[in-house]
Amino acid sequence: MGTTLQSLRIGRGYGGVIRPVRPLRLQGSDTSWALAFLLPYAAVFAAFVVYPVCFGLWMGSDPALYGTLLSDPRYVSTAVNTLLFVAIGVNVKMFLAFLLSGFFMSRSWWVRTLLAVFLLPWALPSLTVFVSIHYMLVTQYGLLDSLWRAVTGNDGPLFLVSQPIAMTANILSYIWKWLPFWTLIFIAARMAIPQDIYEAAEIDGATGWRRLAHVTFPLMANVYLVSTLLSTVWTLGDFPTVYFVSSGAPARLTDVLATYGFHEAFDFGYPNLGVAAMMSALPLLIPSVILLMRRIRLTGVQL
Amino acid sequence: MSATVAGRKIGSPLHYRLRRYFVEALCLLLGFVLVIWTLAPIYNMWMIALDSHDDVFNGSVWPAHASLESFRVVATEDFWYLEHFWHQFGNSFIVGGMTTLLTLLIGSLASFTVSRMHLRNGWMLTNAALMTYVIPASFLAIPFYRIMQIYGLSNHLSSVILALTTFATPYAIFIFSQYSKSIPMELDESARIDGANPWQIYYKIYLPLMAPALVAVGTYALLLAWNEYLYNFLMLSTPESMTVAVALAQFLNSDESPWNFMMATAIVYAIPPIVLYYGFRRYMAAGLTMGGVKG
Repeated sequence: MGTTLQSLRIGRGYGGVIRPVRPLRLQGSDTSWALAFLLPYAAVFAAFVVYPVCFGLWMGSDPALYGTLLSDPRYVSTAVNTLLFVAIGVNVKMFLAFLLSGFFMSRSWWVRTLLAVFLLPWALPSLTVFVSIHYMLVTQYGLLDSLWRAVTGNDGPLFLVSQPIAMTANILSYIWKWLPFWTLIFIAARMAIPQDIYEAAEIDGATGWRRLAHVTFPLMANVYLVSTLLSTVWTLGDFPTVYFVSSGAPARLTDVLATYGFHEAFDFGYPNLGVAAMMSALPLLIPSVILLMRRIRLTGVQL
Repeated sequence: MSATVAGRKIGSPLHYRLRRYFVEALCLLLGFVLVIWTLAPIYNMWMIALDSHDDVFNGSVWPAHASLESFRVVATEDFWYLEHFWHQFGNSFIVGGMTTLLTLLIGSLASFTVSRMHLRNGWMLTNAALMTYVIPASFLAIPFYRIMQIYGLSNHLSSVILALTTFATPYAIFIFSQYSKSIPMELDESARIDGANPWQIYYKIYLPLMAPALVAVGTYALLLAWNEYLYNFLMLSTPESMTVAVALAQFLNSDESPWNFMMATAIVYAIPPIVLYYGFRRYMAAGLTMGGVKG
């Protein structure tokens, strides 16, 4: 493993110059320096990563917990919600981010100004914006209902009383918050594509839609895949969106795993059940993480 | 060949011009939709904050009697949920500042050792950091709550600082290792020949040259700490120890809590990250793309 990385590093030597990587072994006093430098991180890692992970595994180790979970209809709906939230939220967001990154490549002044505005959701704390969206939806006095009344003259639907509408609101809010971040990532990826590839493609007659499908997308496929995997892993554990936007309404039918586990642990007093609920995401989480680490190592895509 | 392309363009000028206007109009339309989409929740925030308490529930889409009353209430702590507002604001700053410092210190020391000192098995540390980076923090919240009680740190700012440092450091190690590849190894080697020990190399050569990466990661850590909610909420429970995020969410506990005060508080709470973000945007963007896309 160490040698693979070393040889990779040689292969990537700057300007084709292969620098001999000297096996500079650490000498006596250097070893103690290195250990001293690593000590803070090792301490943090042991105390706040290894220990809580083991503690969590221990809390959720009783198989009976999973029987309890599966017999809870709210858990089943939570699991379905989580899958929908991740599958729809991540993919729609990524695809839109990919398309929008093309739009934001434009050099005109108003597009650049628009980009600064467009990044606002990312810069704002999720708590504030999600509560604002919650207020737009809740009661018949929220902004959306008021708009509905102003346009149609009738009262709007009570958004957070219908499970599908509340879940849609969660997903849309999630997309609203994280679209700018991934758009930025894709803008960076597009900027890394050399201009002469496009010129060559244009000569071959690939313009417009064809250029997008046959030139840009294949070149960005790796970044797209890694981003999607990373986002999937993060979104599986997304807490603030559902916690603030729908707050699980109606009747805890829009919970996702993170909020379900939170409520089980801190409202109903079953911390082990809460841990078990979150651990039930492991069958999806672990393969994604392994795939992600492999992709990152193989392709050298970095975020 | 490109002459052909140009020739085709000249061949049907009207068609070409119409097409260009059409594309331009579509772009403007898209821009318009994006502005509405982006600003709607933010507009809602301001609208409610500028409303008086009675107007919040009149169902208008425009503040009828706009006033800065809610902001005065926030500034003077004139409401019982806001009694310790400025103290809590200070707490948020302490958490943000300490998290940033610790992240930069621990992250830079670790990545210096791995990438500059030819440490055998250094890749294991990088992989461990990467693992921590990709695992969602919320999944560790329940065990974290328990172990902070075991450590005797609950309801103390340091518990949040340590938790957030744990989650910010992997990203720091990642970016630092990436960025330090652009610093020639020969600098270290010549310093070593001149008799510098590793600490001096770290302090006098590595850190100054890493300044852009330090700024990028520092901004990231500060924003992470300021905007985080879950861990703040779990660890801090008394009004004196709370950060603004926790105090703000308290408004949601009661049904008749004044929306306008809450939204005014939310706006004040959002000012520091916005200023920081737009102030350091160039560095932030550089941090995001520092590794570049080599795929």
